[in-house]
Amino acid sequence: MSIQYKSIKDLNNMLLSKEISHKELITETFALIESKKNLNAFITLNKDAAIEKAVLLDRKKNESMLAGIPIAQKDLFCTKDLRTTCGSNMLSTFIPPYSATVISNLENAGCISVGKTNMDEFAMGSSNETSFYGNVENPWGVNLVPGGSSGGSASAVASGIVPAATGTDTGGSIRQPASLCGITGLKPTYGRISRWGMIAFASSLDQAGPMARTAEDCGILLNEMCSHDIKDTTSLNEHIPDFTKNINQPIKGMKIGIVKEFDLSKLDNEVVKVFEESKKYYESLGAEFIEISLPNISLSVPTYYVVAPAECSSNLSRFDGVKFGKRCEDPKNLEDLYIRTRSEGFGDEVKRRILIGSYVLSAGFYDAYYKKAQQVRRLIKNDFDEAFLKVDVLMSPTTRGAAFEAGSKGSDPIQMYLEDLFTIPANLAGLPALSIPNGFVDSKPIGLQLIGNFLEESKLLQFAHSFQQITDFHLKTPSGENI
Amino acid sequence: MSWETVIGLEIHVQLSTNSKLFSGGSTGFGAEPNTHVDLIDMGLPGVLPVANREAFYKAIRFGLATNAEINQTSSFDRKNYFYPDLPKGYQITQMAMPIVGKGSIKIDVDGSEKIINITRAHLEEDAGKSIHDLFDGETGVDLNRAGTPLLEIVSEPEISNAKEAVAYFKAVRQLVTFLDICDGNMAQGSMRCDVNVSIKKQEDEKLGTRAEIKNINSFKFIERAINFEIERQIRIIESGESVVQETRLYDSVKNETRSMRSKEEANDYRYFPCPDLLPVVISDNEFNDIKNNLPELPDEKEKRYMSEANLEEAEAKIISSSKTMANMFEDACSKTDDSKLVANWLVGDVSALLNKDNIDIEESKLSSNNFATLIERISDKTISGKIAKSVLEEVWESGHDVDNIIKDKGLVQIQDESVLEEIAQKIINDNPSQVGAYKGGKDKLFGFFVGQVMKETQGKANPKSVNDILKNLLDS
Repeated sequence: MSIQYKSIKDLNNMLLSKEISHKELITETFALIESKKNLNAFITLNKDAAIEKAVLLDRKKNESMLAGIPIAQKDLFCTKDLRTTCGSNMLSTFIPPYSATVISNLENAGCISVGKTNMDEFAMGSSNETSFYGNVENPWGVNLVPGGSSGGSASAVASGIVPAATGTDTGGSIRQPASLCGITGLKPTYGRISRWGMIAFASSLDQAGPMARTAEDCGILLNEMCSHDIKDTTSLNEHIPDFTKNINQPIKGMKIGIVKEFDLSKLDNEVVKVFEESKKYYESLGAEFIEISLPNISLSVPTYYVVAPAECSSNLSRFDGVKFGKRCEDPKNLEDLYIRTRSEGFGDEVKRRILIGSYVLSAGFYDAYYKKAQQVRRLIKNDFDEAFLKVDVLMSPTTRGAAFEAGSKGSDPIQMYLEDLFTIPANLAGLPALSIPNGFVDSKPIGLQLIGNFLEESKLLQFAHSFQQITDFHLKTPSGENI
Repeated sequence: MSWETVIGLEIHVQLSTNSKLFSGGSTGFGAEPNTHVDLIDMGLPGVLPVANREAFYKAIRFGLATNAEINQTSSFDRKNYFYPDLPKGYQITQMAMPIVGKGSIKIDVDGSEKIINITRAHLEEDAGKSIHDLFDGETGVDLNRAGTPLLEIVSEPEISNAKEAVAYFKAVRQLVTFLDICDGNMAQGSMRCDVNVSIKKQEDEKLGTRAEIKNINSFKFIERAINFEIERQIRIIESGESVVQETRLYDSVKNETRSMRSKEEANDYRYFPCPDLLPVVISDNEFNDIKNNLPELPDEKEKRYMSEANLEEAEAKIISSSKTMANMFEDACSKTDDSKLVANWLVGDVSALLNKDNIDIEESKLSSNNFATLIERISDKTISGKIAKSVLEEVWESGHDVDNIIKDKGLVQIQDESVLEEIAQKIINDNPSQVGAYKGGKDKLFGFFVGQVMKETQGKANPKSVNDILKNLLDS
């Protein structure tokens, strides 16, 4: 029986009933990876270690839900003894001596890391086109982008190679590719998941999260990914609930906010139609809709494009050719070493953001840009605080449209930046948000975004699971058949 | 024309914590290159800093001892610049909210006191070391020091000459060693300073353009660098040109400062709050605990030595001026009731040896333990004061154990009076003519007999006993 498109729960049942052995499951997974090579979803595979772990699991009984479940890891997480490139030429030879906390958490829970997924370079991009390792294909169409930056992870899950993958989300990098690939992706509250071992893009915005076929699977993964980590001082010391515990509770009588300032009239009619239909599904579940005003939300994209590049310009300074990663050939002197290593090691989008970041932090501009952006960020957060006094969740389309063709956004970076129009606000405010498949536009999947209050991932999953109980968008596959 | 000098110092004090400011890496000095370096110190992709609270506690001690404002909530910023020994490409420091605010410290210049105000003292991580002279045409990087906690103490520009600058640096060094927050070891780079120097006409309100001399680590060099710099600036201005704002290096071999980079070439450090670290909040409990357990400071020790040990002010001042000396005094006093004796030895013989060698007590081979044993052996009459002097000199040279020296050289004082009596009688018997002369009224010859007995006993006789015995024998 094929393992393609199976959920975590399905695979767990197959393993428990001995329908398949651990080794067979992992071997089959690598066969799928091989047959889907055209997607370019993986940068580095972990075949030998993965099969070895599966063999061990066959010998030693382990009945936990995630035991032996194959997971694809975004290549932004450091994995001990396994190359970690972050999608960049700069780290094409970097083999970390340690693993990220989130990787250790998942592996300790029994997950098997089958490989490292392709991504936009240093997570900067919304189409996976900035990867040094080539474009990733969206399984829903030749030459379609999977979104980004967690494009390889989204493509691997959407094509049914693995039931789940890890992603990271700084401005939408989990939710946007989830939307474009027709899967479920969750960005938790900032600080829920330790950032130790995540190669930093914008430290105050970066957050890891699960990407899977269903909301329930996302909850199962989240249970293991979260931990209070003393190695990350921004990691939250908050109670970690069983995120799947309440997913079957009805949402009847709960309130959904529709953001007045998200102007849907500029979107494609089909996108709006899908969104309106989703509202009807929720109405049928007994939810109430309230219009909510977030007066400062229109400032989100410019605010983000000050804060994120500023932090990235500093975070990426360590890639200087001195200690690890790429070093240019025969540097003439120190300045030459820096200039050529960084010129050759980074791609254009990364360079662009380092330039923007250096500019907004420079003497004389700091107050006008960075400081101002931080003030606006506080205002946006306040808007959300107000909103959540009135509603349980906020709802919007995840993206402005479905997947687009590689190269179609041209050379104007602003067009690409606007991809994250709806997703960025949750990062700025540190709030949990997810994307679930809610329909199709031109036979391409599209997602619905739900934003929750601080620490309310459980409620988000409850809303998402309820939707997935009465719809089958998440069960559609690119190959045409329903799961 | 009469010129006025304005000097400000930025002193970097390495805090004596066991582990680094943001990692568990060891701060030990002198290890093989790159052996005290963990993932965080190396700035590997994905690592995060965690602030070491011990460094905050030590910084607060300094703040309390200088009557400074303490910010119980302080935060970290990033200072961005590229250098091979700066692993992350930025230094984590406290720009906007330093742990210690305005304070002051008293200095003593040739017996007169002056208050120097301190602008701030903030925590930051040290960089590694670039090693240029070990590999042909290549530079080595040793990251052992990277991440070591520093307290940067910034003075107001209130220092008027090189002598005051040295006195200020010494006062800070004295304080941090007494507070037990830094070992004060200048040779190992535990304290270094940047000096800002400018000159102006006496009547001018406005400060002149300053030059910053980087990274000086000895009293002597501070004084020389400042004096060189003052002369250089006067020469420039008097020849009708103007001083450029720049960073300069002091070359101790040539005794000159030279330009490192001008203001135009200066880095734009692009400071911004470090997003990896939340502000650090010191609770009232933690704060009070530090306050209530502040070590005794030099002034307090001086007063206590005068009242409890009956020392003269001058003695008390000398002994309390250095932590090592004060420790020696206190250790030795625990071995004897005669604190005056201890003070005499420290202010007398020990200080004389220090002056002779032109070193600080920390640099001498005399350990506090050994000194205390020496005092104990004098007190319990094992050795005479005279013998003790030669023992001290031996310890001074070799650092050997006092008791071993006494034992190996057979220096134990002869306590048995019958032995001394026998020797004295022998001397009298052997020198009949001198005895006759003495008895005939030549009193001065008494010293001859004492000397002979001491010679015979190789100095091991108690001089007072010898006197008594000889008087008894000769005068009867």
